[in-house]
This record gives sequence, C-alpha cells and structure tokens, in this order.
Amino acid sequence: MPELSLAMVRWIGFQTIVIREYGRIVRIWGQTLVPSVVTATLYFIIFGSLIGRRVGPMAGFDYRQFIAPGLIMMSIITNSYGNVVSSFFGAKFGKHVEELLVSPLPNWIIVAGYAIGGVIRGLLVGLVVTLVSLFFARLPVAHFAAIIAAAVLTSSVFALAGFINAVFARNFDQMNFIPVFVLTPLTYFGGVFYSVSMLPEWAQRLSYVNPILHMVNAFRFGFLGTSDVHVVSAFALMLLLTVGLFGAAVLLLNRGVGIRD
Amino acid sequence: MLALSTRALTKTYKNGVHALRSVDLDVEQGDFFALLGPNGAGKTTLIGIVTSLVTKSGGSASVFGFDIDRQLERAKSCIGVVPQELNFNQFETPMTIVVNQAGFYGIARAEARVRAERYLRQLQLWDKRNSAARGLSGGMKRRLMIARALMHEPRLLILDEPTAGVDIEIRRTMWEFLRDINARGTTIILTTHYLEEAESLCRNIAIIDHGGIIERDRMSSLLRRLNTQSFVLNTRSPVAEAPALADFTLRLVDEHTLEVDIAKDQNLNELFERLSRTGIEVVSMRNKVNRLEEIFMRLVENRTPDA
Repeated sequence: MPELSLAMVRWIGFQTIVIREYGRIVRIWGQTLVPSVVTATLYFIIFGSLIGRRVGPMAGFDYRQFIAPGLIMMSIITNSYGNVVSSFFGAKFGKHVEELLVSPLPNWIIVAGYAIGGVIRGLLVGLVVTLVSLFFARLPVAHFAAIIAAAVLTSSVFALAGFINAVFARNFDQMNFIPVFVLTPLTYFGGVFYSVSMLPEWAQRLSYVNPILHMVNAFRFGFLGTSDVHVVSAFALMLLLTVGLFGAAVLLLNRGVGIRD
Repeated sequence: MLALSTRALTKTYKNGVHALRSVDLDVEQGDFFALLGPNGAGKTTLIGIVTSLVTKSGGSASVFGFDIDRQLERAKSCIGVVPQELNFNQFETPMTIVVNQAGFYGIARAEARVRAERYLRQLQLWDKRNSAARGLSGGMKRRLMIARALMHEPRLLILDEPTAGVDIEIRRTMWEFLRDINARGTTIILTTHYLEEAESLCRNIAIIDHGGIIERDRMSSLLRRLNTQSFVLNTRSPVAEAPALADFTLRLVDEHTLEVDIAKDQNLNELFERLSRTGIEVVSMRNKVNRLEEIFMRLVENRTPDA
C-alpha cells in the first residue's frame, strides 16, 4: 500500500475527530440537545411572556425580541463549552484520549477537531433555540453575516476555552467549576436580559471588560441592528480570543499538560 | 533495518523515580521480540516513550529509522499499540472504535470498513460489532484492542500484556493469530507476565529490571544457558521412597510423583533406564518450572537495585 501523505493523514484524522464528536452529540441527544431547548423555553415563558409584558420596550424593541438573541447566544456559549469540556475530559478519564495521542495526528489537529465538535453542538442548539424563540417573538434579520460570524466565533471561543478547562481538570468538580462560577455569572451580566445603557456609569465600564457582553451584542446587532458595544471591536475581540485560545490549547498539549507523564 | 532502536533512553518521573536508566535496545525488522521484566521494571515506560504517551528525560529513539524527536508523525504511523489497560470508549461499538482509529491514521472510511470486517472477523468479534463495547467479555475487549491496533496495518505492533486475564483457550487462539501476523512481516514486541507465552512466541528477548536492560539474547541461546533443569515424573505404580541412583538426585513428592534435577551433561535416557531397572515406570513428565521462568527468576533475583 502506498505511503499516505502527512497532509492526507491530517485531513482524514481531522474529519474523523469531527465525525466522532458529531456522533457523540447525536448519540446522547437527550443530554446534548434537549436541556438547552427546555431552559430557553422556560426563559421565554417566564422572562419573555410573563415578566416581559411588564418590562416594556428595551432599546426600542419589544422585550421578547430584545432577549431572544441573548438567550440563543447563551445556549451557544453553554453548549460549545460543555461539549468539549465533557468530551475531552471524558476521553482523559476513560483513557481513550490515548487513541489520539498515539496516532500520528499533530496536537493542533486534535484541538481543531474537538473545537469544531463544540462549534457544531453550539450551532445546532443555537438553531433549535432560534426556532423555539420564533414561537415567542418575531425576529428580524438586520445583518445575516453578523449573526453567522458572531455565532461561529463565539462557539469557537468557548469550545476552545472548554478544551483548556478539560486539559487542566483532574476530576469532575474541576470540570464544572468554570461553567458554574465563571461562565454563568459572566453570561447573566453579559447583557442577555438588559441593555448596559440602563446601568450606572461604573457598572457599564465594568461590563465592557466582560467579553460575553461584546459577543451577545454583536449577535443582537445581526438580528436587531442595534448594539451596546462597538461591533467591529466585538468581532476583533472574538477573533483575537479564538486565535489566542487555540494557540494556548495547542501549547498545553505540546507540553503534555494533563495528558502525558 | 531496525524496527526499534533506543540509545541512552532515560526517564525520571517528577516524583524522582528513575523508570529508565540509559536503555540501549535494538529490535530487528520482522522479529517477534519479548520485553520482559518484573512489575515496575520500566517496560510500560519504554513503550510509553516510543508511542509518545510518556515524555522522555533523555536519550533517543527511532522507529524504522524515523526519530521520535524529529519525525514523530512518521514514527507513530509505523506503530500499532495494544496497551496494558483498556483504553477505548466503552460506550462506543467495536465497529465505531476500529473505524475511527483507522481514521486517526489517515485511512478513509470506506477502506476502514473493509479492514474492520477483516480484523473483527479474524478476532471473532464480528457478531459483536454493533454492541456497546462495555458489554464485551474481558477476552473480547483484549481482542478488540488488537483489532484496533491492526487497522492501519502497522509495521511494528507493540503488545503490552495483551493476554492478561484471558483464558487459556482464547490466549492460544491469540498466539496463533499473532504468529500469523508476524509471519506476514509485522515486527512484534511483546511484554507479558506469562513466560510460557514469551518462550513459545518470541525469537529474541530482552529482560529489563530497575530501568536497565540486564539481558539481551536470542531466546534459544538464553534457554541453553540453563545448567540444570528440574523435571516432575509421574509413575504408573505407587513409589514408597525416592530411589537412590548414582549421579541423579530424586525426590519423592507423593506416591505417584518424583522430582529430579538433570544437569546439562546428563541425559534422560539414562535416567529412564535406571528407573526401569528399579521397577519404576514413568508414564509422563514435565518441566517443574517453565525454563524461561527459571532463567528470568535467576537473573532478576541475582540483581540488586541501584540506589
């Protein structure tokens, strides 16, 4: 049999990781796809329909319209992060990460494969939550490309962050620490349910440090055409975070952190 | 051509344990090679370094001429590894596991499915191809790891205690399979605690202890070094006491069993003749201890660990 070129090995290897990750998402759909849809539906019912009626318009839009992009983005963030952290930590815990480590695939392919797996889940759940949101709010599309770009970049950022979390995690508690104590507060304070213009000056300044605020607003800009942040800067930040986290994840694998003796 | 070559390979773990101390080891292409040693001797660390699961502290290693520092991807493409511990996703099916593994080595899915059928059939796992791997028996799980390691048709197959906990019937089936793979050109490095297995399968051997190679020889040459062998003789009629024969020391184990030590310059014909003259008829005999086991114990026990 002729010797395969390294480029071909890498390409097929990358595809295989992505197919495997997709297979995992579909195999355990009850854990991967359904919970966010249920959560988003509850948010729409309680915050959107019940409380939202009393809130009145936000940034010139019906409150349900205003929160819909944020809720979609929240599910994208949670799922892209959760997919990679649980899949890669599970592979470490079950030792089947060794299947990849002994293979000829370079570490950047392994990181890219897992990250794309996270992006796929983030986008799949985001799509389903978008469909759910249509039952509660009419969603205009102001800039379609911005919607896609914000969704893809945000899911990439959090898929890579989830990968890094999984690399360091030594037990299930450490796997859940960041999502519970960092991600959730940042998301809730990331302008999902309110416009930062409502906040006092000091709180606004603090909010701008939160990257999720920029992501949610870039995404909302795609739907509603309005944003609390500078949209170009938001996309630049997302791009920068994607590249930086990808580099950090590859570096960690190259150093064998959490995976090699 | 050397399938594996290591020079001054060293590993010191963070806890200060010197797992490997300057190991030089060559394994020829096509060999069926035994790497033996007691628990904690450094076998798995050596395999871990070659397969990049363990980071070496010093020295070099190459696989079919590909240096693991400079051409790691090429080196790893040549290796198939069957680890000591189960390391596949227990929730996946054997078919998924082997097809994905082929993909990690650049084998397209259509070709991977053809190979999967071949190896899963050969290792008697085809009927279980769509069952969750966690439901397989211990022997099946071991065979699944062999099938997985063969999917990219490696030039060097490394088996780290592949038959641990497997019943004798399956073990012998696996031996035949491995002999066949080796006969078709795959170099095999085997670590095992079943020394009978190593003696039966391997042509060359290295014994590692306390992180260093303490013996490296052809299996046949090593076995010839035994000066004395102990045999167990089963007699047809009961024997009251061990007969006193000049040049032979016999011991009575029970009324139907004798033990005798035979030196290199003695022969069994003479022993049987003399026993026959005393009216003792031997109906069967066996080595008291596996020959390799005897040499192995002597080599390992005679060595005191370095500080």
